[in-house]
Amino acid sequence: MSTTSSRTPLPPASRSPRGAAGPSLRRRKQALVAWMFAVPFVAIFAVFMLVPLVSSFAMSFTDFTSRDVQNPAAVSFVGIEQYATLLANAQFVHSMLNTAYFVAVGIPLTMAVALALAVALNSGIKRFRTAFRVGFYTPVVTSIVAVAVVWRFILQPDGLLNTILGAVGIHGPDWLNSTTWAMPSMILMAVWRNMGTLMIIFLAGLQNVSTEMLEAAEVDGANAWQRFTRITLPTLRPTLLLGAVLLSVGYLQFFEEPFVMTKGGPLDSTLSISYFTYNQFGFGKYGLASAASYVLFVAIALLSLVQFRALRSKD
Amino acid sequence: MYVLLLLAVAATLLPFAWMLLGSFKTQGELLRRPVTWWPQEGTLANYISWFTELHIDKFFANSLIVAVVTVLGNLLFCSMIGYALAKMSFPGKRFLFLLVMVTLMVPGVVTFVPLFVMVSKLGLVSTYPALFLPFLASPVGVFLMRQFMLGIPDSIIEAARIDGAGEFRIFTRVVMPLCGPPLATLGILTFLGSWNNFLWPLVAAQSEDMYTLPVALSLFSTGQNATNYGLLLAGSVLVITPIVALFVALQRFFIQSVAATGIK
Repeated sequence: MSTTSSRTPLPPASRSPRGAAGPSLRRRKQALVAWMFAVPFVAIFAVFMLVPLVSSFAMSFTDFTSRDVQNPAAVSFVGIEQYATLLANAQFVHSMLNTAYFVAVGIPLTMAVALALAVALNSGIKRFRTAFRVGFYTPVVTSIVAVAVVWRFILQPDGLLNTILGAVGIHGPDWLNSTTWAMPSMILMAVWRNMGTLMIIFLAGLQNVSTEMLEAAEVDGANAWQRFTRITLPTLRPTLLLGAVLLSVGYLQFFEEPFVMTKGGPLDSTLSISYFTYNQFGFGKYGLASAASYVLFVAIALLSLVQFRALRSKD
Repeated sequence: MYVLLLLAVAATLLPFAWMLLGSFKTQGELLRRPVTWWPQEGTLANYISWFTELHIDKFFANSLIVAVVTVLGNLLFCSMIGYALAKMSFPGKRFLFLLVMVTLMVPGVVTFVPLFVMVSKLGLVSTYPALFLPFLASPVGVFLMRQFMLGIPDSIIEAARIDGAGEFRIFTRVVMPLCGPPLATLGILTFLGSWNNFLWPLVAAQSEDMYTLPVALSLFSTGQNATNYGLLLAGSVLVITPIVALFVALQRFFIQSVAATGIK
């Protein structure tokens, strides 16, 4: 717990050769004061983050179930058995594929929409800029449970979306009850809810694009698309990276949309890794749930690493 | 450009308009096809039910209490540790900061199970502490406060030290008064997160009198009211109205906060 970290505040004086009595004493005192400032946070952080993090890791190598909560002596170490069970579990594999689908389609789509909005807002319009920004950002601040209510209603077979589609001659599907269309519905909702955040980040990044360079390129006869791909996009690379990492950390944990919209169905077609984990928790299979959550953790760490590599290497 | 943006913003806000319009419709009208835009026989019955039968004021109070305590705790604890990390030297500083930052990548489900086991062992299920304790110390807050405090000139702090002020005095009288912007950002982010938080309150609040707004709405929408669309739409309007009003009033700060941290 916090003991490992709070042991450090006493610096062994021998370690700092500069240790003349005066400064060393002052440094020791400052270290003590510094830790006093840190302790309230560290205590809560240790109890509610580090301890669960470590116990979940430990749990993933045991057969811990809800019945063992009162009687931890009955728990036995099973090595990597939970992980083996997971990979042999068709439902878990399905949930990994669903998550991959959501991430692979959702991230580029959200980024493209957010970038288009940011570029449009940055294209020199003066009036209503703030109003537009507020409008595009509003979905971000609203509760997923509340918006799910209206989205379920809109996505009904004879709901608003299909009425609008019908007006242009398209016969829309039963979005949430179709194994083909349930996931695209989740992605649509996720894009709607997250584009605002990325739009703001991209707008900030666009301020770094040099207007002189854009004007010079225009004089040299570069068209708008060329200016965008040759000047704007390269300048935005670090911002795009930040956006991609933020989105992938969030999208890989994708849970609330299916939880409130489809319960993971139909036929598990919107069951994500987080959702699978949550279900195992509900069944009392704590060991298996912990193992699944660590698989997700590793996936998040790996994807972030890959993105850093991919977008950094071209510099 | 204006036309495109206008269409895009209209499409973005359409679900909210649909929610608001639907909340004034009767059940009969909501089920009628083809769908109607404007309420034909407008009714306030959906809202009245929420206040009289479903006691939304109680859930509102729960949400507010949890959010306010979470915000105050974060403002205090994150700025304290932020000050230590930015302006003092002590052994273990780098390690501590790195440790806190690494946990930003930890998915919620990883700590979920042990957290629930711990809370139930402590007998805290369905209490306010269970709802706010796990959120009192946020890594984002530490990052935010530390980054800002790094920008405060050392000379100001040194001057106060030479004048004989103790660290706590410097912290409360010199540093905190300069920290308005990051405190506003952190306060907004924390309030938003807490108000919309759903999964943890859903498992931690198991008795009805501890439900927060999203939990109450979600349980009503899966229970016997699952097809009472008017009631559910009115509930949604009531849940999002306070936060949208706050957002529109403080939009400048909200947008700053996203740009500052890159995190919603």
